[in-house]
Amino acid sequence: MGLQAIFFYIFAFVAIAAAFMVISAKNPVHSVLFLILVFFNAAGLFLLTGAEFLAMILLVVYIGAVAVLFLFVVMMLDIDFAELRSGVLQYAPVGILVGLIVAAELVVVIGGSVLTPEAAKSITMPIPNPAERTNTAALGDVLYTNYVYFFQIAGMILLVAMIGAIVLTLRHRQHIKRQDISRQVARTPATAVEVIKVKSGQGL
Amino acid sequence: MDSFFSTYGWPAIVMIGQSLLLLVCLLVFIAYVLLADRKIWAAVQLRRGPNVVGPFGLFQSFADLLKFVFKEPVIPAGANKGVFLLAPLVAVTLALATWAVIPFNTNWVIADINVGLLYVFAISSLEVYGVIMSGWASNSKYAFLGALRSAAQMVSYEVSIGFVIVTVLLCVGSLNLTDIVNAQHTGLGTMMGLPASFLDWHFIPLFPMFVIFFISGLAETNRPPFDLPEAESELVAGYMVEYSSAPYMMLMLGEYAAILLICSLTSILFLGGWLPPVDFWLINWVPGIIWFILKVGLIFFGYAMVKAFVPRYRYDQLMRLGWKVFLPLSLAMVVVTAFVLKLTGWA
Repeated sequence: MGLQAIFFYIFAFVAIAAAFMVISAKNPVHSVLFLILVFFNAAGLFLLTGAEFLAMILLVVYIGAVAVLFLFVVMMLDIDFAELRSGVLQYAPVGILVGLIVAAELVVVIGGSVLTPEAAKSITMPIPNPAERTNTAALGDVLYTNYVYFFQIAGMILLVAMIGAIVLTLRHRQHIKRQDISRQVARTPATAVEVIKVKSGQGL
Repeated sequence: MDSFFSTYGWPAIVMIGQSLLLLVCLLVFIAYVLLADRKIWAAVQLRRGPNVVGPFGLFQSFADLLKFVFKEPVIPAGANKGVFLLAPLVAVTLALATWAVIPFNTNWVIADINVGLLYVFAISSLEVYGVIMSGWASNSKYAFLGALRSAAQMVSYEVSIGFVIVTVLLCVGSLNLTDIVNAQHTGLGTMMGLPASFLDWHFIPLFPMFVIFFISGLAETNRPPFDLPEAESELVAGYMVEYSSAPYMMLMLGEYAAILLICSLTSILFLGGWLPPVDFWLINWVPGIIWFILKVGLIFFGYAMVKAFVPRYRYDQLMRLGWKVFLPLSLAMVVVTAFVLKLTGWA
């Protein structure tokens, strides 16, 4: 137990310190790099609780894909952070309100499961023994067997959103040379090459 | 205190020892793989390749190592110093960290975790950061363009690699790399009544995925013909252009460690890892690690030959291949594999 506690405090401390650096770093690229560090430590915390699949998916999706896009955008755009930061205090009331709501909800959820564990358990799926069933398989059961329709609907909504985003940004430009591989492959010497006998001294 | 040592201290010492042994073997292997790469390339072009240091140039990589270490690292004036020096470290650490879950023989693995394959996939998807950070921190247009190209390329080909991994996962039913190799004891060959042989390995039933994985691996590790990020003829050396001495060596080391990792992953997923090719007493007597190294070497030979043969892809062709050819193909294969497995009840 002692070692787990040590690792928990390492991960948690680094995550909080890095999260603070995300909002206080001067350079936006440094902010994103600190954000990646936060994700990484969150993955470590997931591992400590035995949720190995979630930890790996956090690495793949958030660090491997989402944060790369963040980094892309931040590097490509020349953001003047001093200007962006000048009016930051006027957002403070809204920020505090959102923070308070999230904190209150966390208290309700955690307090509920601490005070009445039975009631909290009655609405959740039973947790299988990790020694018998890996949590990859257990999550697969929940998503693809028990709640397959909800999962499919969520997938459909994402697909529609993706198509919508593509349609909104698609510009079809007419006067561009495009490579058509099937046409290139279908070309034969008969259609592409013409042999002309040139008489000497006359040219074409 | 004594129990603390026996529960945590001794396993930690064993694990550190194993890791050090693995790292030393891996680095020596990488040194010779680098040499082999240059020798094969030279042989295709009818050159001799490195042949001065040691017999047949066998010590060339070590001479290069000394040269890199003793040169002065130059940091460009406009560079972001911290990130500039962090990037090679990130690249090499991530590339080496993945080897912790690779099984070299029965039970020859440092961390035998349930989600081994997913771990490899996750860590190799982080390798893009070494590239982006080095490209951005160099504060140079060449380096930045190289980094952007490379990031787009690595993210694109990761998608099809992910689907290939899903098909293998469907066939095996486990993400543990040792389980994946052991599942290849039985397969098409044993179904036809033959003894365990190379016919059981996944590369026959999943042949299209094997090809997709090989090519995506080339793209993922920025090998030619997909070496646009460091296209020498247009971007000088891409994201590495401002690096010199030890940091440059670390970037190269990370790159070759990633290439070897993809080679060994191919041999684990499709070529039966350490399993011998035919069931025969003399061949069964050869230790599994030899088979593993031979298979990795064979796939690396393929990588080296592709580098020598194939001209570089254009950027739009690269993206077309990734998104319009490999993505639909691998997605269709996932569906087909799932249907076949469900209908026949093989898995």
